[in-house]
Amino acid sequence: MSQSVCIISTRTPYCGQFAREALDAVLVCASYDIPAAFLLMGDGVFQLLKGQDSEHIPRKNLSAMLQALPLYGIETIHVDETSLFERGLAASQLCQPVTVLSQGELPTFLRQHSRVLNF
Amino acid sequence: MKFALAVYGAPANSQAPQSALHFARALVTGGHEIVRLFFYQDGVNTATAIAQPPQDESDLPAQWQAFIQEHQLDAVVCIAAALRRGVVDRAEARRYRLPGSNLRDGYELSGLGQLVEGALLADRIITFGS
Repeated sequence: MSQSVCIISTRTPYCGQFAREALDAVLVCASYDIPAAFLLMGDGVFQLLKGQDSEHIPRKNLSAMLQALPLYGIETIHVDETSLFERGLAASQLCQPVTVLSQGELPTFLRQHSRVLNF
Repeated sequence: MKFALAVYGAPANSQAPQSALHFARALVTGGHEIVRLFFYQDGVNTATAIAQPPQDESDLPAQWQAFIQEHQLDAVVCIAAALRRGVVDRAEARRYRLPGSNLRDGYELSGLGQLVEGALLADRIITFGS
């Protein structure tokens, strides 16, 4: 199997630096030309919620940074369907189109990658 | 087997550095190779030289340093995460005109690329404290 990395991000967007530092790992893969996928699970699904205004926290808007991922060759963000459902969210409430993975699709998806980095 | 370990939690608020040290010792005992240790997120605090836990508690930063030096391991601390949290070596202290440096000997500040590279070099990447 050729090398590829899946980065799983599981924290809310503004809980310390967790989400930002997981995103940095994705960007580093891209800058090293290592094929990478970005999967939001658990509270990580909140990172793409529409209408984020982080100006008064004050923090950089994480969803805006996620929308720049195609510039780094990450064409789609993967989102765990169960995590959305458990939080009462629908993909339509997210700020960009995503690839939703069902519980049954997750193991197959993870097996496509030679390494998984969990944040 | 070749292992890379990633540590994301700090000694004072996470079990991650302790669990990782136990695991690393078991790897060495079992004849495995540790190709990289990578300290990221709050895990960078494991590498500070100026934490002083009470004498009746385990001194994880000291234990980690002794383990790294004894086995001459490649121990990398993420430079961006470390600068954010006040863990700096002499070069960074000079660069940013900080009043002191506190990175323990045996560690190296470097980029996040070392985590990804370590993960690809190793047969297994094991994460502590995600």
